[in-house]
Amino acid sequence: MKKTLLSAAIGAAVLGFASAASAATLDDVKAKGFVTCGVSAGIPGFSNPDDKGEWTGLDVDYCRGIAAAVFGDAKKAKFVPLSSKDRFPALQSGEVDVLTRNTTWTISRDTSLGFNFRTVNYYDGQGFIVKKSLNVKSALELSGAAVCVQTGTTTELNLADYFKSNNLQYNPVVFEKEADATTAYDSGRCDVYTTDQSGLYAIRLKMKTPDENVVLPEVISKEPLGPAVRQGDDKWFDVVSWVHYAMVNAEEYDLTSKNVDEKKASGGPDIKRLLGAEEGSKIGTDLGVTNDWAYNIIKLVGNYGEVFDRNVGAGSPLKIERGLNALWNKGGLQYAPPIR
Amino acid sequence: MANASPVFVRREMVAAQPAPPGATGATYWLRTKLFATPKDIVLTLLAIALIVYIVPGMIEWLFIHASWTGENRAACATIAQGGVLPDGQSGACWAFIGAKFQQFIFGRYPFDERWRPLLVMALFVILLIPMLLPKVPYKGWNALALFIILPIVAFFLLIGGSFGLPYVETPLWGGLMVTLILSFFGITVSLPFGIVLALGRRSELPVIKMLCVIFIEVIRGIPLITVLFMASVMLPLFLPDGWTFDKLLRALIGVSIFSSAYMAEVIRGGLQVIPKGQFEGADSLGLSYWQKMRLIILPQAIKLVIPGIVNTFIGLFKDTSLVSIIGMFDLLGIVTLNQSDANWSTPVTPVTGYVFAGFIFWLFCFGMSRYSAFMERHLDTAHQR
Repeated sequence: MKKTLLSAAIGAAVLGFASAASAATLDDVKAKGFVTCGVSAGIPGFSNPDDKGEWTGLDVDYCRGIAAAVFGDAKKAKFVPLSSKDRFPALQSGEVDVLTRNTTWTISRDTSLGFNFRTVNYYDGQGFIVKKSLNVKSALELSGAAVCVQTGTTTELNLADYFKSNNLQYNPVVFEKEADATTAYDSGRCDVYTTDQSGLYAIRLKMKTPDENVVLPEVISKEPLGPAVRQGDDKWFDVVSWVHYAMVNAEEYDLTSKNVDEKKASGGPDIKRLLGAEEGSKIGTDLGVTNDWAYNIIKLVGNYGEVFDRNVGAGSPLKIERGLNALWNKGGLQYAPPIR
Repeated sequence: MANASPVFVRREMVAAQPAPPGATGATYWLRTKLFATPKDIVLTLLAIALIVYIVPGMIEWLFIHASWTGENRAACATIAQGGVLPDGQSGACWAFIGAKFQQFIFGRYPFDERWRPLLVMALFVILLIPMLLPKVPYKGWNALALFIILPIVAFFLLIGGSFGLPYVETPLWGGLMVTLILSFFGITVSLPFGIVLALGRRSELPVIKMLCVIFIEVIRGIPLITVLFMASVMLPLFLPDGWTFDKLLRALIGVSIFSSAYMAEVIRGGLQVIPKGQFEGADSLGLSYWQKMRLIILPQAIKLVIPGIVNTFIGLFKDTSLVSIIGMFDLLGIVTLNQSDANWSTPVTPVTGYVFAGFIFWLFCFGMSRYSAFMERHLDTAHQR
């Protein structure tokens, strides 16, 4: 009972301040001159520092896209690395303007935590990787296995659900950091490692003998990863969402950071409308930014395909297939509403 | 009898003779130190076996099979792992440390501004060395410069925003720089605060005594990690909108009050063993309370607890790595963070990173420990206890 009261009190405090912090984020961002994004404290390909100490990754580029749309300058983005436990209080308290930290969109995060999700910049799903020597062909044969998992994530919950619904026993070995969990798996502390499929690509790079491990066929969860903003601030929510849609539309129209200047002059009406080159266009100003917002995103950051390729796809060490993240007309789920 | 000449009295000392062959040299040392008894022989052989078992492998991993240069993970990975090394070979990935070295030292401090932390570092070394050497004069001025003026100068130099220097916000600070700032600040603050708290706890004034006891016991009763976590997650929720409390400042305050509480108990331990006669002697000379403490009691008490003080300093130095849980990247934090760079992820990268961080921590802690041993010998002027 005491615990319930305490958590209710904390919850009330959280919600009270959350509403206080969510007045008009777009105006706040414009006033302070930069956008603050919560990112992960190191998930390969999503947000990690490069050799110079600059943040790179899919989530980081999303944030740079927001900065490009609002300020016309992709560098006006600040990154706050957050652990999976810290991320929600940080957004609630207003420490960050938007959470681009490969966060799974779930109903409870959407409702009780008081966030808004709309776009999904990476469709993921949870999988298992096991040592070949175990001779396991399916996750259903994993009864009694020691499973390495990162704590504080939906991964941990999905794992429990999956084993429970299939009446399987397992010993979870939990870690705070992805890197520790993967090292533990590779050194043989557990039989199985489970995380989102994107993470399984990352762990392969760290293995002593990548060929002696297999990814099991089961994908046990849906993990739509996307940015979250505070509820009750529709204008900011629109800006964050349409940044993603602009990048996806740009890929659909074959607009890249290299050819965008040329296409701005020569492209069809769709492209001109997207780039704000149409006569008397009000699309950008209605969104609360300038009319060349989409041009700036594409020029300074790139279209969705470029960003994907550079950070997690064929142009990166991770070499993740497009899969579900291909465009809707190429067999994937990335679909953007029309910009008109 | 009286004038008998003392012919049997030696007038000169006999020249020293060399020791018998069996009592000197390597064989003597081996015989007495390593192979004196059957038990010693067994232990010696076991120790040698252990060294032979571990050391060659370590040297091979650390140096012989290590990759020293390279642009990305290929340099440190075997062919099966997608790199260039022969299969089955495992060695440290020093190329990773080389590529990230600047980051490990300065964090994400802007590239063009890195002369600023370097300058602070140089000033620190210039002021610290004369402070550490007992023979160099002007200790008072030196201490003033090191403990008061340097932190102020360092603050303006590092954070910028004035005197034409660009502003560098503290989230960009990181690496060894943050580790050193936190520990230097903690050490500088904790010693005087610890002394005051220790004296307060032994005070005869009940209010002062109670306040000091409560402070010390409360702080010692909570883990540092809890306070840092509360400060990072809960504090922003309770502060009014728009108020922010710099994370580095939170960590600095947390770390210093912690070490002050521990320091107070160490110093109180020294005060306890000073005989009552010393206090009474000082009183009988008509010294005031502060004169008595400054001139008679504290010099003796502190000298006695140097190992304990240095122990606290070393603990504090290592505790600074806890700040990585509040999203600050000290040396260990930034090493861990960079392990997530897919360009460098290989099986040996994390281990290499930890070996590097461990070595740097050891270097500083060992330095402090040796200096404390030197100071103990230097100050050992009074009677042995």
